[in-house]
Amino acid sequence: MTHADAPLDRKIAFHGIDVARVTFRKTLIVCVVLLVALLVLVVLTSLFGSERIPIKASVYAVLSLGRHSCGLTSDQSAILFEIRLPRIILAAAVGASLAAAGASYQALLRNPLAEPYLLGISNGAAVGTMLALVFFGASIWSRPLLAFSGALLATLVVYRLAHGRAGATPERLILAGVIVTTFLSSAIVFVTTLMDATRIRSFTFWLLGDLSGTTTSLLSLALLVAIAGTAVLAANARSLNLLMLGERDAFDLGVEVGRVRLVVFIAASLLVGSSVASSGSVGYVGLVVPHLVRLSLGSDNRMTIPAASICGALFVVIADTIARTIIAPRELPVGAITALIGAPLFIYLLKRG
Amino acid sequence: MLEAREVTIKYGPRVAVAEVSLKLQAHEMTAIIGPNGAGKSTLLRVLNGGHRPVSGEILLDGRPLSTYARRTIGRHIAVVAQEADLRFPVTVLEFVLGGRYAWASTGAWGWETQQDIQVADDVLRQTELAELSGRLMNELSGGERQRAVLARALATDAAVLLLDEPTANLDLAHQATILTLVRGRCDRREAAAVVITHDVNLAAEFSDHVLLMKDGRTVAFGPPAEVLTPELLREVFEVRVLVDAHPITGVPRITPVHGVRR
Repeated sequence: MTHADAPLDRKIAFHGIDVARVTFRKTLIVCVVLLVALLVLVVLTSLFGSERIPIKASVYAVLSLGRHSCGLTSDQSAILFEIRLPRIILAAAVGASLAAAGASYQALLRNPLAEPYLLGISNGAAVGTMLALVFFGASIWSRPLLAFSGALLATLVVYRLAHGRAGATPERLILAGVIVTTFLSSAIVFVTTLMDATRIRSFTFWLLGDLSGTTTSLLSLALLVAIAGTAVLAANARSLNLLMLGERDAFDLGVEVGRVRLVVFIAASLLVGSSVASSGSVGYVGLVVPHLVRLSLGSDNRMTIPAASICGALFVVIADTIARTIIAPRELPVGAITALIGAPLFIYLLKRG
Repeated sequence: MLEAREVTIKYGPRVAVAEVSLKLQAHEMTAIIGPNGAGKSTLLRVLNGGHRPVSGEILLDGRPLSTYARRTIGRHIAVVAQEADLRFPVTVLEFVLGGRYAWASTGAWGWETQQDIQVADDVLRQTELAELSGRLMNELSGGERQRAVLARALATDAAVLLLDEPTANLDLAHQATILTLVRGRCDRREAAAVVITHDVNLAAEFSDHVLLMKDGRTVAFGPPAEVLTPELLREVFEVRVLVDAHPITGVPRITPVHGVRR
């Protein structure tokens, strides 16, 4: 570290800088590549299913956005465009929402284990959705609205509980999540008793994450929220970078901590709320995906949030394809597949400390 | 510059800081010393807008601090607190670039400009961290990490540096490195620094003024030679001390006399 060899060292250091640092260009390239991969995956997975559809014809049909039948029968066309594709697109929206929300919760709460499902935020949204179904069954918009309110309320409660006098330790946050989750689980059981017996089975399925029962309006809402929510979170990514190092540090460096926290909580709750309202609680997406993204691309949130969002879409589309084909013609809830992958990773992260 | 006028801060009924005034001048370093619980850190947080005083006011360039936006304060005042929380891996460069946050245009992700990179590169060289810029913060030694925290504060280009025990847990050489860097910033630019320290000898050597505090009150304020006297130090710390002139620098040299050995 002498001054004599400074110029040479500086050159090396500068080289290191450009390799290590996340830039706008690098982020853009990664996101475009991931988006192309997502597009390819959507087309590919639309070919899988219990009903066999000619591969070449369906690829053409999908690429023409349904304008040409390309030799498909009307039944095959209906399966492709009214059942499979909406479900795949919903899976992408849900995955993108949960992964972006997870990445942001982790940065804001400074905890790599923070995840909408594990913190009870998904359960908050689930209680909201169920209340909407029981009391305002006629109004379709009451579902996402109450789901969002439930998610936001659960977020604020967990945040309050986690902040003790000594600040929020990772253990305390997870415990707060467990408390909120179990409390809301009993609330769910309570609301279930208000339902008639025939609906209970489909609700248990929905609670574990079920992408099959969507409507066009819920699908477009989920897609819109996924994109807008991710954009809002990404716009706050640099503030989140500093918040990852502690609220006091961030405040000292000029971050309006209170405002950023509120914006992130609202955006993340909207993301969780809309995905739960349309597909139940798909667990562990917000844990697995941001972790893998950070592992491969570093922990700069300006990269992590948009990249995790697209990778979340990839992850849930794959998981749902497995869920609906592995024991075809019967289906598994997609949440069962994501939990099967996510729970072991959670244990690994916990053990690594 | 920054000025505190008869600032009082309470935690519930307890008075943490009572009517303390402090005016910072460019090119000057002020040391705050006093026993644990004297209100030193609280005073520092109030100077940065982290606490609202119950009475008195903080002025930044003649205007009340509370009228500034947080981001603007971030360009004027930099804080070096004790160690950063590093649960996520960040490289030294990314960490130091955090100091440029307040200079970013709002929204649009806030990407660093070429100037930000240049500033970061300069402070990394000043703090002799250039070779380590690609390393992760939690791979650094304690001394290197503390230099990175200081580098981030220097990267803000702030005219006021507030340092809360920046040399705690550092060995002799690293203590001097940190304070020499702060001293250098004050000497070369229109900058002022406030340093909380438990090391009275470092305060004597590096500072232009010493604020001696006890129980939230100012006991004395002035040049080290006037404040670091046996009488005042005995009053504040309740130990007997020997004060003589440092044989080389001539600044007051403080040695506690515990009377264990005779």
